[in-house]
Amino acid sequence: MKYLATTIAVGMFAAIVRASAASEAGGAAPVAPRLLTQTGLYANAATLKIDSRNRTFSPQYPLWSDGATKRRWVRLPEGSMINVADLANWELPVGTKFWKEFSFNGRKVETRFLWQVKKNHWVFASYAWNDAQTDAVLASESGVSNIAEVENGKRHSIPSVSECRACHDSKRTEILGFTALQLSDDRDPNALHAEPLTSDMVTLKTLIDANLLTPARPELVKNPPRIEAGSPVTRAALGYLSTNCGNCHNSNSTIASLGLDLKHDVTRNGECTPALATTVGKRGHWIVPEAQDASRIINPGQPESSALVRRMKSRRPISQMPPIGTVVTDRQAVDLITSWVQSNPEEWQQMVARCAA
Amino acid sequence: MRLTNIVWGAAVITAAIILTAVLSTASVKADGVGDAGPQTKAGKTAQIARGKYLVDIMGCHDCHTPMKLGPNGPEWDMTRALSGHPEDAPSLPPANLPAGYMAAIGGTFTSFSGPWGTSFTKNLTPDKETGLGDWTVEEFIATMQTGRERGKGRPVLPPMPVQNLKALSDSDIRALFAYLQSLPAIKNRTPQPVEPGNSQQ
Repeated sequence: MKYLATTIAVGMFAAIVRASAASEAGGAAPVAPRLLTQTGLYANAATLKIDSRNRTFSPQYPLWSDGATKRRWVRLPEGSMINVADLANWELPVGTKFWKEFSFNGRKVETRFLWQVKKNHWVFASYAWNDAQTDAVLASESGVSNIAEVENGKRHSIPSVSECRACHDSKRTEILGFTALQLSDDRDPNALHAEPLTSDMVTLKTLIDANLLTPARPELVKNPPRIEAGSPVTRAALGYLSTNCGNCHNSNSTIASLGLDLKHDVTRNGECTPALATTVGKRGHWIVPEAQDASRIINPGQPESSALVRRMKSRRPISQMPPIGTVVTDRQAVDLITSWVQSNPEEWQQMVARCAA
Repeated sequence: MRLTNIVWGAAVITAAIILTAVLSTASVKADGVGDAGPQTKAGKTAQIARGKYLVDIMGCHDCHTPMKLGPNGPEWDMTRALSGHPEDAPSLPPANLPAGYMAAIGGTFTSFSGPWGTSFTKNLTPDKETGLGDWTVEEFIATMQTGRERGKGRPVLPPMPVQNLKALSDSDIRALFAYLQSLPAIKNRTPQPVEPGNSQQ
């Protein structure tokens, strides 16, 4: 009897261990397909007609990608909703897919694909377009260097998966262009590089009208999220910094210990925004070589001793910001941020006073 | 069936279920170290010893411990072990090298100048202000595995052997960090790297 009981117990134990191991082995977690035309973006692989279930959208503060022309699409699983209980941290349903297509000089170069296959588990993939522009092939996880010229010998590279995750993975994966602020119907007319909004694009209002948000939050139509600022240039500057710097420099980032937070939190309007509190007059880790003692992250009135401006201008790997995803300085942005830092001393005084309070 | 046999069978089955639950919930990797690191004093001691071994064989001292001249030539100044480029050392000017030369090396063997600019080895001791004292193990792992500062920042510069470091296992990187954090903190603010073509102020 003892032998029988032991045999049964050991058999059960082995079965449980095998089941557990199979489950951990991934239970065949989905992976990115080999071709872009197999990801569900297109209704017809031959004509590259976009599947009508994929909705286009355009963030009001786009990320600078060396002047690439971009197109973006999202597909939410049938019958699913986006949980926006925390307006600053949307929870997208499992099965959500995003695509972003990059073109330079009129030719498609790469399409990035993000797919939430399990809760908080996203597949990251990039597809490199073929010469005939008929399809794109899954790129290596280590990326593809120098795939297309963007300006005078400077070339675009498809990022590695670890580089993708460097921007998208803070403590949780985030879709940087699909947030309350980015989809707000109160668009900033001075936002740099923004594409015109067309009637077929997803916005907060279209999401609410289609009953795709839970809770419904109709107040976001009446009072759409916006960056409250004392002047149009400050609004545009904070928006640009939020997208182009705040994806890494935010309070939830794995580099939060640097103490820099440039991400705009739509739930905290009216306070001293962290983008100012953590930069204005702060010494920072990186010192402007030409300024030394005067160097500050933002030095009001003095862009030449503001590390933020200096690093935006640089495209030397040793000092450039952002450090990933760009090889060409965003000159319009340098002009915007320089004039913002340089001008309007009264507004700067008020902002500094608010932060000091 | 006797009662003792039933009790015996139930006990074996219960033990099997408990063992399964323990195995499935404990975050233990093949190398025996969980994500949270070793939990016992002996385990932590072993981890630090492993880290010291790795630091010694990987040549970390070669660049992160300043050299001084001894009777037989350059030798490590172990009073400043792993504290990086001395803040009071002369600055290495940007290299203006003749053809055939790739880089110049500063006097303490802790600064390097070449086409990328000038790099200064980092203070790896756990000083809060100037070393790794304010780093998390996750930031250290991200740096080693991506070749970028804290996984997101600028590239780690030459002559750091980034390609070798990317091959380190997660547990070995944790061991390195545990050992470095166990060292005496040395306050030594190493300079930030200098862009090519710029003189250091």
